[in-house]
Amino acid sequence: MTTQLLLVQALNGLQLGILLFLVAAGLTLVFGVMDFINLAHGVQYMLGAYLGASLAAATGSFWWGLVLALPAALAAGLLLEVLVFRHLYARDHLAQVLATFGVILFLNEGVKVVWGAAPLQVAVPPLLEGGVEIMPGLQYPLYRVAVLAAGIATAAGLWWLVERTRAGMLVRAGATNAAMVSALGVDIGRLFTLVFAFGAMLAGFAGVLAGPIFSVEPGMGDNVLILAFVVIVIGGIGSIRGAFVAALLVGLIDTLGKSLMPDLMRLFLDASAARQAGAALASMLVYVAMAAILAFRPAGLFPVRAG
Amino acid sequence: MAEPLLRLDGLRKHYGGLAVTDGVSLEVLPGEIHAVIGPNGAGKTTLIHEITGIVAPDEGRVVFAGQDVTRFSLPRRVRAGLARTFQITSVVAGFTARANVALAAQARSGSSFRFFRPAASERRLNDAAMQALAEVGLADRADTPAGALSHGEKRALELAIALATEPRLLLLDEPLAGAGPEETERLIALLTRLKSAYTILLVEHDMQAVFALADRISVLVYGRVIATGTVAEIRGNPEVRAAYLGEDGA
Amino acid sequence: MREAWLPLAVLIALGAAPLLGFGGSYETTLMARTMILGMAAVSLSFLVGGAGLASLGHAASVGVGAYAVAILDAHGVTEAARVLPVAVGAAAVFSLATGAIAIRTSGVHFIMITLAFGQMAFFTASSLAAYGGDDGYTLYSRTEVLGTRLLEDRLAFHYICLGALALTWAVCAMLLASRFGRVLRAARENAQRVEAVGLAPYSFRLVGYVLAGAMGGLAGFLLANATEFVSPASLSWQRSGELLFMVILGGAGRLWGAILGALAFVLLETWLAQQMQHWKLVFGPLLVLAVIFLRGGLSGLVARRHG
Repeated sequence: MTTQLLLVQALNGLQLGILLFLVAAGLTLVFGVMDFINLAHGVQYMLGAYLGASLAAATGSFWWGLVLALPAALAAGLLLEVLVFRHLYARDHLAQVLATFGVILFLNEGVKVVWGAAPLQVAVPPLLEGGVEIMPGLQYPLYRVAVLAAGIATAAGLWWLVERTRAGMLVRAGATNAAMVSALGVDIGRLFTLVFAFGAMLAGFAGVLAGPIFSVEPGMGDNVLILAFVVIVIGGIGSIRGAFVAALLVGLIDTLGKSLMPDLMRLFLDASAARQAGAALASMLVYVAMAAILAFRPAGLFPVRAG
Repeated sequence: MAEPLLRLDGLRKHYGGLAVTDGVSLEVLPGEIHAVIGPNGAGKTTLIHEITGIVAPDEGRVVFAGQDVTRFSLPRRVRAGLARTFQITSVVAGFTARANVALAAQARSGSSFRFFRPAASERRLNDAAMQALAEVGLADRADTPAGALSHGEKRALELAIALATEPRLLLLDEPLAGAGPEETERLIALLTRLKSAYTILLVEHDMQAVFALADRISVLVYGRVIATGTVAEIRGNPEVRAAYLGEDGA
Repeated sequence: MREAWLPLAVLIALGAAPLLGFGGSYETTLMARTMILGMAAVSLSFLVGGAGLASLGHAASVGVGAYAVAILDAHGVTEAARVLPVAVGAAAVFSLATGAIAIRTSGVHFIMITLAFGQMAFFTASSLAAYGGDDGYTLYSRTEVLGTRLLEDRLAFHYICLGALALTWAVCAMLLASRFGRVLRAARENAQRVEAVGLAPYSFRLVGYVLAGAMGGLAGFLLANATEFVSPASLSWQRSGELLFMVILGGAGRLWGAILGALAFVLLETWLAQQMQHWKLVFGPLLVLAVIFLRGGLSGLVARRHG
């Protein structure tokens, strides 16, 4: 493993982390404010990717695809909120898990009907083709750099929104004590809907960005969803800051683990056994990290609710 | 003087810069009802948490029956004989009154890691439960789901549960909170009956009840015990009067 | 128990079915699937309805049991006297290791952490290249019972599955009625109350979790033998979601509800899949509707008519 490769993998890890953050941010806000566990958040990411891909194909421009996919993802989120989720806020987590599981089955199948089961390829926009030299003689794809930058900018914007605006204050207060916020005369139902749609849009945004990097296919949201769950559990449910730190951590651990583990195993095992054991260990690494963190901090790194 | 059953030794707990209990020391002697009173914000709730093991004190010790239990968890303290009731009634609403008490009896009698026999048909547990229910006057409500009992009955049920753990000390956390005048009267009569058989640490707001029941009283103000003494001594204590009048005047 | 006539009738019908002309390969395969998923669902119902532990990773313990069969098969160990204890034991050990951490948390954390551990098992199974990796592993033959090929016999296997299902139900009911189960049930409603009588809920919950995992392992043993095939899909989180749905569809308040839930689930799934290719488009929304409108589940409907 050379330093160069390590650097590339670290960047890939950060970039996965950024995408995870965009998905996890919506998830953690929705949970924090509404005490609502939304398994369908992953398919909203998938939906974003599909919308981005087909709108880009229809308009002939990745950028138009991105611009149009965002309101479409927002609208899809609103529709789901009104049709399904709204009826579940007062129910227990188990009911929420199962109903949103039903939404996953529907949407995973739905995209197959509309777009087919085969993966879609999304081209990198011409503006972002090629690479940048991050070290003498080492090129890194420009598109991935742009994803990193866009993700960080979104994270900063989100931080500003949550920490510095009145809406953000209400969201934070809602995460700590929803009853109090509603006692202040805020229409908590409206706030829920807004947060929900916004979270869906963020997930959709991540999906559009992911399109040119990963293949766009049915079920692509499921693995992201689970990693996003790991992220918000590690970060502390309801905490944007926690989600950010944990997302980068998970992205790095997962990516570096997958590239380093087999080599690490070579120290103890022969080549084929090392490859196998390495792959098995690498895929467990994120969960082991989660378990280790929870063993010491059951409420995550940045717990929101006191006590 | 008899060896105290419970001794609190300089319990100190800070939250941020605020000392909620600021070196609380007191002794509960075997057989007495010892009441802790104090205005709101005196640190009573934290003190109870420290005694029962919900909150670990920053400094100081809790010695129960000659054993340092400062680091014991709540279940372990209960097994050592320190039973408690809660300010907000805590029963298993879906269980009958009898099953609620039988749960406590089974915790006391043998292991609860028994997997085969139906617990509801264990005669010994049911008998123990009925005895405790009778002691608090709930025998005729044994088959009622705890959730369907009246507030006062739930209070009594909680006492029966505590009694079924065969405690050496009963810690009663505001047993009269939320009770109407009639219920209060009945509960005071019940506590008076229990008084002869148990050592009780009573934390209570209702002054009249405290003066009627307690053998000794400790007064907690701003995290400190400012006085301990008999009812008469406390009534006449100028510092105590100042603390309470000060609160009233505010 | 007076209202348990329906599940008893189901068990009797399953017992009589092969004698009434439903002994063909197609019918027995379908019934075996129902009974085995029923076992897994009953053991999950013990956790959810009894102990209040809503695990979204129960399929993992089933899968660990199934993989134990596959791995032993690959190494030429096919005697039930050795395979069965290993399958059940492996599932119990897996549950102990993951439960020890998961049970420190509660509520939605618990759901997410069991989900994450389930995924960990899933990815580990996927990376076991020697045992088929993603593609799964086909058994050389069904497990032998004391040297005989008893499980190859269609009828014998049918009645073994039926017996195992009835046993699982009986054992779970016995556990819930015992002293141990009384503590679990009390802790589900009011953990503070259990602590205040001198019992620590954690150890009871962990033992319950391990017992349910062991029963899941038994179901996994039968599942591997029923299909003579094991794949990571059998421990995917979707499968865990399905098991949870069977429990809720049947009604989490009653153990036997899970048997009804499994039956309804398998029948509906099979029937829909015969009607159309994209049956999940209907199945998903049905699931959502069931959660929103069918509170108390199927067993709740039965009980109400008797109530």
